[in-house]
Amino acid sequence: MSEGPGDEGSRRDYSHEDEVLERIEAWRRRRPKLKDEFINSAHGAGGKASAALIDAVFLEAFRNKSLETMADGAVLELPSGERVAFSTDGYVVKPRRFPGGSVGDLAVNGTVNDLAMMGAVPQWISAGFIIEDGFSITELRDLVADMAAAALKAGVQIVTGDTKVVNKGACDGVYITTAGVGVIPPHIHLDAKAVRPGDKVIVSGKIGDHGVAVLIARGDLALEADIPTDSAPLGELVEHLLAAAPNTRFLRDPTRGGVATVLNELAREAEVAVVMEESALPIRNIVNGACEILGIDPLYVANEGKLVAVVPGEEVEAALAALKAHPFGVDAAVIGEIRDDPPGIVLLNTVFGGNRIVDMLVGDPLPRIC
Amino acid sequence: MKFVDEYRDPAAARDILRHITQLAEGNHYKFMEVCGGHTHTIYKHGIENVLPETVELVHGPGCPVCVIPMGRVDDAIAVAETPGVIFTSFGDMMRVPGGNGNLLEAKARGADVRMVYSPLDALRIAVANPDKQVVFFAVGFETTAPSTAVTVMKAMQKGVTNFSLFCNHVTIVPPLKAILDSPDLRLNGFLGPGHVSTVIGNRPYRFVPEKYGLPLVTAGFEPLDILQAILMLLRQIDEGRCEVENQYTRAVPEHGNLKALEILNEVFELRPHFEWRGLGFISQSALKLREKYAPWDAELRFSVPGVRVADPKACQCGEVLKGVIKPWECKVFGTACTPETPIGTCMVSSEGACAAYYNYGRFTKHQTVPVELTRSKTPEPV
Repeated sequence: MSEGPGDEGSRRDYSHEDEVLERIEAWRRRRPKLKDEFINSAHGAGGKASAALIDAVFLEAFRNKSLETMADGAVLELPSGERVAFSTDGYVVKPRRFPGGSVGDLAVNGTVNDLAMMGAVPQWISAGFIIEDGFSITELRDLVADMAAAALKAGVQIVTGDTKVVNKGACDGVYITTAGVGVIPPHIHLDAKAVRPGDKVIVSGKIGDHGVAVLIARGDLALEADIPTDSAPLGELVEHLLAAAPNTRFLRDPTRGGVATVLNELAREAEVAVVMEESALPIRNIVNGACEILGIDPLYVANEGKLVAVVPGEEVEAALAALKAHPFGVDAAVIGEIRDDPPGIVLLNTVFGGNRIVDMLVGDPLPRIC
Repeated sequence: MKFVDEYRDPAAARDILRHITQLAEGNHYKFMEVCGGHTHTIYKHGIENVLPETVELVHGPGCPVCVIPMGRVDDAIAVAETPGVIFTSFGDMMRVPGGNGNLLEAKARGADVRMVYSPLDALRIAVANPDKQVVFFAVGFETTAPSTAVTVMKAMQKGVTNFSLFCNHVTIVPPLKAILDSPDLRLNGFLGPGHVSTVIGNRPYRFVPEKYGLPLVTAGFEPLDILQAILMLLRQIDEGRCEVENQYTRAVPEHGNLKALEILNEVFELRPHFEWRGLGFISQSALKLREKYAPWDAELRFSVPGVRVADPKACQCGEVLKGVIKPWECKVFGTACTPETPIGTCMVSSEGACAAYYNYGRFTKHQTVPVELTRSKTPEPV
C-alpha cells in the first residue's frame, strides 16, 4: 500500500458520476462552436474561445493541410526536398517596457521561438509596424534597437518590413508583427502525435516569470516585486536538446496560456493523458506569492523564454543534462509524464496528496501580455 | 512558500485523516462548507479524494457571484450602457449571465466596462475621469462590504460626486437560516465561513447549534484548515457536544472586527428583502446605502429596470446551492452549462460549486499514482 492519503477514496461507487463524465467528454470532443456575435478579449486569450474563433472564421476560410495542424507555424517542403518552418505573430503588450525587456525584444524572440519549437534553425525575420499618430520617435528608436539586439543574440536577420501610421486613438502607441523563416534539419521530426505513454514532460526553467513581470509593471495592482521577464531566444537551447535527445517527440513554448494550455493542446491532439506532479513544478517563490495574492494559477501564466519538451523515458536524463548545461535551461525539470488514460485530460497530483484536473483556460485573466 | 506550505503538508494531512477515518467509521456524515473559498480549496487540492467515503462534503451558498440573480445583472448592464458611464466590476462578475447577456458582451458592444481589483481602484478612476460617471458593481458578503463602505466614505470626504455604487452586498446569516429551514436538507454540521467571520466574528452563528442542533466550526482556507475543521466537527459529535468552534483562530477574533462592523453600520442598512439566485427572496439579507450616502447610490442616480428575471427552467443552481444535489447531478451540467457558456451562476465563478467541480474535480479519482520524476535505474543484482 502506498503512503498517499488518497487510498481511502478508491472504494467509492462512481458509476453514475462516470456516466455523466463520459457524456461531458463526448460533448467536449465536438468542434468548438463560435456563438458570439462580437469579438471579446477571450477570443485572443489562447483558450477555448480562441480555438472556436480560429476554427469557425479563419480555418473555415483558409483551409489547407499546413493550417490544419494548428501548430505555432507551418512546415513547408521546398522542391529540393528541404523543409522550412514559417511562423507569424503580433505583439501588443502593455506596458511596452517592463523589467528585463520590451515589446521590441519580445517581437523577435517570440517568432524565433515559434520556429525553434518546430525544430527549425531560425534565420530570417520580417517586421511590420502599426504606429499611432504622435508616437515618440525616440521611443520607436529604442524599441527598434531592442529588436536589433535581440536579432543579433538569436542569430537571425530582419530582412524586410512595413510601416503604417494610423489616426490617434486607432491603436495604442505601436503594434509590431513579425514573421520568420527557418530551415529544419533533415533528421528532425517533431509531432504531437508521436507522443507515447511513458514519455516524460520537461520544462526548461522557472515558469510564470513573464506574465507576472508584465502584470506588476502595469502598476495598477499596487504590488511591488522584482521579477524580470524571461524573454530569451531558444534556438540554441533547442539545438543542444535535440543533439542530446534525438528522439524528442514534441516541443512548444508556453507563451500565452502558459504550461497548462500547451499540455492541454498536446493531450487533446495526441489523445493521451498528461499527469503532472505539483511538487516538481519549478516556480519562483515570488511568482507563486504574487499569483496566490492575485488568485491566478502560475500554470496558466505566460513565459517568453521557456520550452516544454516531451522526450522518451530513456532519453530523459540526457535531455535534462543538455538543458541544464545551457544558460537558458539551468532550472530545467521533469514535471510529469504521458499516460494513456483518461485521454485528452491533464491532471495534477497536488503536494497535499490529492489531485485535480488542469483544464483549458476559460476567459482572459491576463489581457495583452505578449 | 513560507506561511503557505506549512498548511499544505502531506504528512500532517495523513495524520489528521487517520483520526477522521477512525471517528467517522461506521457512519455517514454530510458537512456543508458554507463558503465558496472553501469549495475552491477543496477542489483545487483534491481534498474530496483523500477523505474517507464516510465523510461527504456539500457545497453551500457562500459564493458571492453565484447568488446574484439574473435581474440584477441586467440592471448592471443597463447602467453600464448608459452614455458617459465607466462601469467597474470584479472580473468574476463580468461573465455572469443575465437575461440579456453579460457585462463582457456589453463591453464588446461598446460599453466602457473595466475590471478592478478593489473598489478604491474604481474611485481612483472616478477622480481621473471627472467628466464621466464611474459606477462600481459592489458584490460580496460581509467580507468585501467594509472595503466598499470605506470607499463610499472616502468619496464623500473628498467630494467625488461622479462616483456611485451599484450595491449588491449580502449577509451570511439569513441564507444559512433559509438553508436550515429547507425540508429536503440532511446535514450533520457546517464548516463556517472563514473570511466573513474575520469581520462578524463567531457569535452570529450560535443559532445553528442552539436552534437547529448542528455543530459549526469556522475554518480557514488552506487544505489542512479544512481537514482540521472536519476533525473538530467529528470530535464534537463523538463527544456529544454541539457548539460553535473556531478553527481559524489565526484570523478570526471571537467578536469580529469591531472597526469594520462600525464602518458597515455607518454606511449601510438592511434592505427589507433581496432576491438570491436559486434561493428566492430572503428578508433582511442584503445591504443598501443609508440615506446619508444616497448621493452615491447608483440605483437612485440611474434608471435601473429592476425587472425580476426567472432562472432558466433547466438550471438547478438552487438545489446545488442548498446542497440537495451534487453539481454533476444537474441536468445541464457540463453539456448545455459549461464555464464558457454558463447558464447558472454556480458555473461562472471559480468559487461556484459547479465550476470548481468542472475545472478541477473531473477524472481525479482513478489517478493518484505519483509520477516517477527520474528514470528508474535497472536494479543492481544482489
